[in-house]
Amino acid sequence: MIRRVLQAIAVLLLVTMFTFGLLRLVPGNPAIAIMGPQAYRNPAAIRQFDQVYGFNRPWYSQYWLWLDHLLHFNLGYSWSLNQSVASLLSNHLPKTVFLVGISIILALIIAVPIGILQAVRRNRFVDHFFNGFSTLFYATPAFLLSLVLIWIFADKFPIFPPEGPQGEGLAVLFTNFNALVLPIISLTLITIALFSRYMRSSVLDNLVQDYVRTAKAKGASERRVLFRHVLRNSLIPIATLLGLLLPAIFAGALITESVFNYPGMGYLFFQEALKQDYPVLLGITVVVALATVVGSLLADIAYVVLDPRVRYVSQ
Amino acid sequence: MSLGSLPPEPIPGADPSGIGVTTVAEPPDATAVAVATGMLPAGKPRSTFRRGLEVFLENKLAVTGLGIFVFMVLFCFVGPHLYHTNQTLVNFTNEELSPSGKYPLGTDANGFDILGRLMVAGQVSLEVGIAAALLATVVGVLWGAVAGYVGGVVDSFMMRIVDAMLSIPTLFLALVVVSMVTPSKPVLILVIALTSWLTTSRLVRGEALSLRTRDYVQAMKMMGGGGTRAVLRHIAPNAVGTIMVNATFQVADAIALIVTLSYLGLGIRPPQTDWGTMLSNGTQYLNDGYWWMIVPAGFCIVIVIAAAIFIGEGLRDAVEVRLQQR
Repeated sequence: MIRRVLQAIAVLLLVTMFTFGLLRLVPGNPAIAIMGPQAYRNPAAIRQFDQVYGFNRPWYSQYWLWLDHLLHFNLGYSWSLNQSVASLLSNHLPKTVFLVGISIILALIIAVPIGILQAVRRNRFVDHFFNGFSTLFYATPAFLLSLVLIWIFADKFPIFPPEGPQGEGLAVLFTNFNALVLPIISLTLITIALFSRYMRSSVLDNLVQDYVRTAKAKGASERRVLFRHVLRNSLIPIATLLGLLLPAIFAGALITESVFNYPGMGYLFFQEALKQDYPVLLGITVVVALATVVGSLLADIAYVVLDPRVRYVSQ
Repeated sequence: MSLGSLPPEPIPGADPSGIGVTTVAEPPDATAVAVATGMLPAGKPRSTFRRGLEVFLENKLAVTGLGIFVFMVLFCFVGPHLYHTNQTLVNFTNEELSPSGKYPLGTDANGFDILGRLMVAGQVSLEVGIAAALLATVVGVLWGAVAGYVGGVVDSFMMRIVDAMLSIPTLFLALVVVSMVTPSKPVLILVIALTSWLTTSRLVRGEALSLRTRDYVQAMKMMGGGGTRAVLRHIAPNAVGTIMVNATFQVADAIALIVTLSYLGLGIRPPQTDWGTMLSNGTQYLNDGYWWMIVPAGFCIVIVIAAAIFIGEGLRDAVEVRLQQR
């Protein structure tokens, strides 16, 4: 277990190095980017800027400085929005967390029963039907899925607005709940497509285990075996899977938010990618990557807690 | 975001194909289990390739997928030679026409014939998707095979790099890189490949870990063979089943990624076009009811990706049979 935590720390360090490397590769001069093209006329001002913000130091010193800032939640300053990246994130991140959280929960509520049904009725019509559905949703790029939803539910039958709730802060999400429906449906479908077949195979896996036979032999009803024994055991690998799928779900959120103009972190990322606002891009990248590393670490810990058979042993 | 390329560790013994009782592809005991559970006749096994091919051909979805994929490739690359359209000169006199005898799928806002444009656009999507998937596979196989074969500290280090890159969503990374450079076809291939070789390397490393202890690899080492030979001549070829299955899913994911990048306006630049760009342009007319600007491109994207997935699943079934007989 300690080994796993150390691994996570190593991965975190590599992520920061990697991001910092990208930041260094970025074309352009930060002094010009922040002070504007007029700054070219005043080399002394550029020198002073570099002095104050440490851009005249060697790269390893800059890396330490950057890491130090990162530890103090100082992610730099946006080149185009005249705000610190941290304040931008504090505005946009909660909305993404809300969207992603609700979608994951909904996806679990929907995908788990379907997975069980598919496994129990393996190779029957229901199984093929849902398999076809999940392949269809998987093969449909996220933006296309969102577009189809807009087309049907906002254009043909104008039930929901085609745009996510606008405005600052989390409160607008609740005052304009109608506008949330389509983005949530979209991301939920994307998430279901990502892990529905794993649920099915996880249940299938457990159905052939000895404990199922034992439980049946002891006279437990089909229903009891399924819900008391198989369901619990099948959910365990899903915990790890969620940790692994987190990057893909964030990517889905980026597209959903961009299509629906939902002002979350993914939308911010996309807008700033068009403007080449690298501090924001890399700040968000670091945050997402850290969330993933921590998420998959927690998932692995949950795995051990939920399943006493699993133990991390040092090699 | 990929189906077949998910690292297999979290669900040992998963049977995503649904063909049989769940057995992991651990060759030595897989055969025993398969025989014991009555999946395989206990008699003399036929040629593993033949048997794999039979399993693949029995899978109707996989064969259909292969048919669709081949048809789409022919449609995009041979189609323009049979169905001549003007895709270079803007013609505003016949813009936004609905489908008719002259324009089977109508025209777009620039007066381009949509059917012809689908072919030209598809060339870009398919070329970038397939080339990126192949490049990603090559990089991933080499990285994973070297890590698994060498082992120890090198393995840990190489795999931590993979973990670190995997924790950044592919789309985010691709968007950052694409915003730094002017995307052309080679650049897009490179960007997509460099962000999607990671899962392949994980899978191949897993195979390499077990393959390197095999007798034939040990024997080769005894005879003085080096690491390069082991990786290129023994590890990679013996993991070919896993690699092929993974490469097919990589094609599906790469096409999805290039189309998404183009839709977001950071993919291929005009005058070149691809299915994502066509969709992105078409959606401006969503409210006008010009369905022919949206539906055909969307349809092409979905069936090509679905076809690749079906092929991959069929291949996986076939490879599982191969592994069980080894």
